Amino acid sequence: MNKKLGEYLIEKGLFITAIFSIIIILLIFAFVFREGLPIFQDFGVLNFIFGMEWAPSDGQFGVFTMIIGSLCITLLALIMAVPLSLLCAIFMAEIAPSGMRKILKPVIETLAGIPSVVYGFFGLIVMVPLIRVQFGGTGFSMLSASIILTVMILPTIISVSEDAMRSIPHEYKEASLALGATQWQTIKNVIFPASVPGIITAIILGMGRAIGETLAVIMVAGNVTQIPQSIMDPVRALTSNIALEMGYATGLHYNALFGTAVVLFIMIMVLLVIANYYHYKKKVVIGGGYL
Amino acid sequence: MNRIEVENLNGYFDDAHILKDINIKIPNNSVTALIGPSGCGKSTFIRTLNRMNDLISGFRHDGAVYLDGADIYDPKIDVVDLRKRIGMVFQKPNPFPKSIFDNVAYGLKVHGITEKDIIKERVEESLKAAALWDEVKEKLDKSAMGLSGGQQQRLCIARTIAIEPEVILMDEPCSALDPISTTKIEDLIHKLKNDYTIIIVTHNMQQATRVSKHTSFFLHGEIVESNLTERMFLEPEDKRTEDYITGRFG
Repeated sequence: MNKKLGEYLIEKGLFITAIFSIIIILLIFAFVFREGLPIFQDFGVLNFIFGMEWAPSDGQFGVFTMIIGSLCITLLALIMAVPLSLLCAIFMAEIAPSGMRKILKPVIETLAGIPSVVYGFFGLIVMVPLIRVQFGGTGFSMLSASIILTVMILPTIISVSEDAMRSIPHEYKEASLALGATQWQTIKNVIFPASVPGIITAIILGMGRAIGETLAVIMVAGNVTQIPQSIMDPVRALTSNIALEMGYATGLHYNALFGTAVVLFIMIMVLLVIANYYHYKKKVVIGGGYL
Repeated sequence: MNRIEVENLNGYFDDAHILKDINIKIPNNSVTALIGPSGCGKSTFIRTLNRMNDLISGFRHDGAVYLDGADIYDPKIDVVDLRKRIGMVFQKPNPFPKSIFDNVAYGLKVHGITEKDIIKERVEESLKAAALWDEVKEKLDKSAMGLSGGQQQRLCIARTIAIEPEVILMDEPCSALDPISTTKIEDLIHKLKNDYTIIIVTHNMQQATRVSKHTSFFLHGEIVESNLTERMFLEPEDKRTEDYITGRFG
């Protein structure tokens, strides 16, 4: 009887811990939406999302420039990070001798562990002056933010896509080599195509990290609410908007910042749903019906 | 005439001595079966013949393997070319996650054949030779993953013969298949032996008697006995061979 009771308590205990994190997420979700609701009601959903002007003191709360800002720096960061990461992942998964891989992998994972303020500080002290001297302008720009983000999302994309490539059944590689394909032909024609779903997951996770990054972006992006005309223009990201103004916002301005969070929330949710979709799709079967 | 001659081949995996002083001659255009209990080194042995063991870190060997008189471990030998001449079919059917057509066309493409008509023709010939054409001709653009295990294995054979090798190595090609699929593969082996030199690893002794002309018995990394298949199974020369084929161990 006692044993049965113990089992029961452990089972319920585990259930409660598991449900706890879900409850917290739901509470955050509910809170953010509740606090953001007035801006959508008073200012209008379309005015808020597509409004070009952000001037809280004049009662203007359009976040469109920031949506574009976030998308632009993220896209530019991906353009730089994806080719670099994929080549690095291919090298680590298929070419590097195991000794070198044992060094590379933890080093790259360490990149992910560096606090974002350190990246931001490095950007502020090194990148921004460098861009100012090389390309003119203030140096606070979309380019600076994207370069910093590139470095920050490299480890995510590298390690997830490397895992995807390494999880390709060894049999495929053997089959290709046994047919007289070279190593590069095998990578290009068999391993890479088979890992595409995993690679897409990796890119989307990197993208999610780039969109959500706040501090490092604030420190180097210049934070001007405008649609950037070139990569040298300063931009403001959605995340930056919340962090910059949260300290003194009141009334509708306060709700507008939560509204910004709702927009961000939805963008990231969409990305995660797509990432999960590809994650489950990537399972490959080998051996047909009999195995 | 002998297609492959192996002289004093020793294979090591780190410190383990896996192949011990192997000497064997594989005759042209016939089927040679390698039998023996699990772990006796027969798979490792055939993987030295197309240098697949090069992929395994920690494997080294000494001795010589001659293909048509040329040492395949000569530094001047191009491994890619060697593997084109010595094809391999694996234990587990391992088609690529591509269409049926692309699976067979793959080897042709990596060897630089780009003309679509030639590729199409060779794919059809190979699938016919592998006795699979009638079952798949309507769905060449469908994924190979949708085929049954036996069909997948015949597809792997088609893929191998598409690049016209001289030798086909088969590493327990039926061990993952049901009896009907096994029969089909064995029929296919009978058909192919006229054009190819086939070496088949099997732990199924009936299969060895059904398909092969010559048999070698492996035990603990050595070849105990090599002979014509019917001779070996009727009057084995070595006591250990007799014990194995009469089912006293293994």
